[in-house]
Amino acid sequence: MEQTLLQDLNAERQARRAVIRLTALDGSDDRLVREGETIEGPLASIVEAAFRRGTSRIEEVYGTSYFLNVHVPPPRIVVIGAVHISQALAPMAAIAGYDLTIIDPRTAFATPERFEGTALFADWPEDVLKDAPLDRYTALVAVTHDPKIDDYPIQAALKAGCFYVGALGSRKTHGKRLERLGEAGVSEDVAARIKAPIGLDIGAASPGEIAVAILGEIIESLRRRPLVGPSGSTGG
Amino acid sequence: MMTQSIELAAVPSAVLADDPLVIAEGWAKEGRSVAVATVVETWGSAPRPVGSHLVIDGEGNFEGSVSGGCVEGAVVSEALDVISAGAPRMLEFGVADETAWRVGLSCGGRIRVYVEKLG
Repeated sequence: MEQTLLQDLNAERQARRAVIRLTALDGSDDRLVREGETIEGPLASIVEAAFRRGTSRIEEVYGTSYFLNVHVPPPRIVVIGAVHISQALAPMAAIAGYDLTIIDPRTAFATPERFEGTALFADWPEDVLKDAPLDRYTALVAVTHDPKIDDYPIQAALKAGCFYVGALGSRKTHGKRLERLGEAGVSEDVAARIKAPIGLDIGAASPGEIAVAILGEIIESLRRRPLVGPSGSTGG
Repeated sequence: MMTQSIELAAVPSAVLADDPLVIAEGWAKEGRSVAVATVVETWGSAPRPVGSHLVIDGEGNFEGSVSGGCVEGAVVSEALDVISAGAPRMLEFGVADETAWRVGLSCGGRIRVYVEKLG
């Protein structure tokens, strides 16, 4: 493996772009293919299918074995609301291997003292997300309870196809939210993707327990999302 | 506190900081010899999915995993050979039996691991 190829691969991953490393196991070919890039010949459809599937495997083409290692961006959680639940969720997400960012325009909540070591933006979601859009590999967790803050990023997450969109609030609160989203032009089918009340139904009561329920639901959504083939099972 | 001039895209990924391929790039920049081992095929119950990496330097230091601990020792010693010989190797590990316990998978699966030199 050339060192420049590794550098390019890591740069693509840092920039959150899906990329495949295509390696002929007889040593005749080794290159990166970025998502959306067109390539020639019989490998084209195989590469396209691998991006759709999101999993790595060996493929035989005209007697040559190619290993396609599919690198999708690392899973990321964007939390709207610098609240107690977020304080508990931040370290849990890090342990589980998820990057986490918190956005809350209320400067009294979004203080570095409350969120040491966590990426924190004391700004409106509209401003933070403007230049760095959400993507399919991001989970959006809206927990401020304030429609003025939560509604925009929820709509943005549904539009971006985030693998998880969860919103805090009772069924009554969520009912009102669905009315507002409907008025804003979000179809019922799309709005139905919102997980509300947020989190797995495990009777969570404290902020820490609710954070566990949310993280469990995020993991379930990522690992059981459609179009992903079987991954390795546990054992060993 | 972060200000408006910092964008979401500029937040470095903590997950990638611990990633074997990112660590391998850093090792190479320090001038260390590096081998990259990759799970390219699994059958049955395998502890790590296809695409998982273990990276090894010329002194036998390693990061990442290809089997959750079952065969890492054997992969590291093969990787040291690959670093000195230069040519890549395909390794296969199967069901552990009594005679092959130290380099087998106790879960009963089989894996193929591709080991290549970086650079």
